[in-house]
Amino acid sequence: MDAVLHALVEPGFLSSPNVRLALAIGGLVAIVTAGVGVFTVLRGQSFAGEALGDIGAAGGSSAYLIGIGPLWGFLGISIAAAAAMELIGIQRARGRDLATGIVLGLGFGLAALFLYLGTTQSNTTGAPVTILFGSLFLLPSSNLPLVLGFGAGTLAALATLSRPLMLVSVSPELAAARGIPVRLVGAAYLLAMAVAVALSALTIGAILSTALLVGPAACALRLTSRPQRAFFAAAGIGVGCTWLGLLLAWDSYYWPPLHNGWPVSFFVVTLVLIAHLASGAATARRPHGRSR
Amino acid sequence: MFSGFMVNAWIVGTLVALAGGAVGFFIVMRGSAFVAHAIPNGSFAGAAGASLIGVSTLLGLGVFSIAGALGIGLLTRRGRHDVATALSLVFMLGLGALFLSFSVEYEPAVFSLLFGEVLGVSNTELLPTIVLTIVCLLLLLILWRPLLLDSVLPESAEGINPLIIELAFLGLVALATTMTVPVVGTTLIFTLMIGPPAAARAFTTRPGLALALSMALAVAISWAAIALSYETYWPIGFYVGACSACVYALSRFWGALPRLRHGSMPPAQSFAQKV
Repeated sequence: MDAVLHALVEPGFLSSPNVRLALAIGGLVAIVTAGVGVFTVLRGQSFAGEALGDIGAAGGSSAYLIGIGPLWGFLGISIAAAAAMELIGIQRARGRDLATGIVLGLGFGLAALFLYLGTTQSNTTGAPVTILFGSLFLLPSSNLPLVLGFGAGTLAALATLSRPLMLVSVSPELAAARGIPVRLVGAAYLLAMAVAVALSALTIGAILSTALLVGPAACALRLTSRPQRAFFAAAGIGVGCTWLGLLLAWDSYYWPPLHNGWPVSFFVVTLVLIAHLASGAATARRPHGRSR
Repeated sequence: MFSGFMVNAWIVGTLVALAGGAVGFFIVMRGSAFVAHAIPNGSFAGAAGASLIGVSTLLGLGVFSIAGALGIGLLTRRGRHDVATALSLVFMLGLGALFLSFSVEYEPAVFSLLFGEVLGVSNTELLPTIVLTIVCLLLLLILWRPLLLDSVLPESAEGINPLIIELAFLGLVALATTMTVPVVGTTLIFTLMIGPPAAARAFTTRPGLALALSMALAVAISWAAIALSYETYWPIGFYVGACSACVYALSRFWGALPRLRHGSMPPAQSFAQKV
């Protein structure tokens, strides 16, 4: 195994503390987002996930502005945005996209303002690019316990919610008839999604965070229709894409044109898309295996 | 405020708002807010790539917004629509991140592409914007009937291939994107395409009137944003986002007024009606 690894990997990949940290945080985040993402795909809420991530850019930039860790900014603003979407009517399928869009527009406006203030008032060059597109190799190690805590919390909440949430997602009428508080469950799920997106924003950047949320889960749901299997498959695909992305980014250090490495996020996002296309091709060949 | 370089800003701001408000009417009608977000945002990669290889930004934007529209259209044929849109979008943005990492000009360029630089519109950018606005509005006029029919009653639009309508619509969004992104940024145009038409729908149910109102509201928001941005030096994207949200909130309030005034409906019942 080691010999194979050494042939594929530029030396020093696994011995570098930055890489180990990136592997740990990236893997954790991929597992959490994949689990949350299964329901995002089932419920058709990709746009809400995308919007929460984009709005997270405002949180990340305001965090730079007031000098706290970007994760707190991502978390705070994502949760606030989720609450705003819920308030102006995300629970109705018809108006849902509009409500999401309005909140997203406002969030982008705030992101513009905070990034502008951040770059003019303090000298944090590189902050906008880091917030928007992520930089997994440069995360401080203090993030690891936070990611672990929030990730475990989100997964625990998801496990508690999963049965009612599944019923609500598949058939809201039946769930309501059984006495499940449909709106409350939806709101709780939106909150879990906000946390997952914030974690994802930390690793691959605010505006790319949907890739890890939606991509692996969509692949998994093509391969299997059972929620538990889908969760494990999605987690596997997510972690695989993240780790392979990290490896390729490490290898790309000497690649043209600038010889300073290609961005990790680009590799992760591309691998997610490839996995999605591959899962589509795999299910296309066996017509009965396709799950809805 | 109305002299020199600001004249261009006012002209372009008006044109962009007219096109955005008009195309946005159909975006809201068809419930395709996500696509309207994905195409402009993803075309950001095109602009980044164009500046990297030294061709016109407009060309890069055009290629990427059309490629994005086609990609979404093709991926949607197999699988879920929102997932296809999300993955197309993030892949294009990932490419954008790659192009940015290759290029030497870094932050100001990124910022103006994402959040707009309406106060720095040059004379050479003026003519393409005017031409594209006219083309956009003409196309909308031609497509008006089939698009409206397909949006309101998809079943009754017999004799029209829905795929062609959808592609024509995506093309329209791509066109509006191409002309507006260099001027107002990838994020701003989305706001102009969603906020005003969503608000307009609360005031009237007649399509023609709603379209006119949507364009008028977009122009008003655009003008207010330019003026405020000029006075405070804060980015225009912030004001467009904030004004759009305010206009939408007002429209929701207006829509709720009759119910508040009569007060005949108990809260539980009105909630059930909303659901």
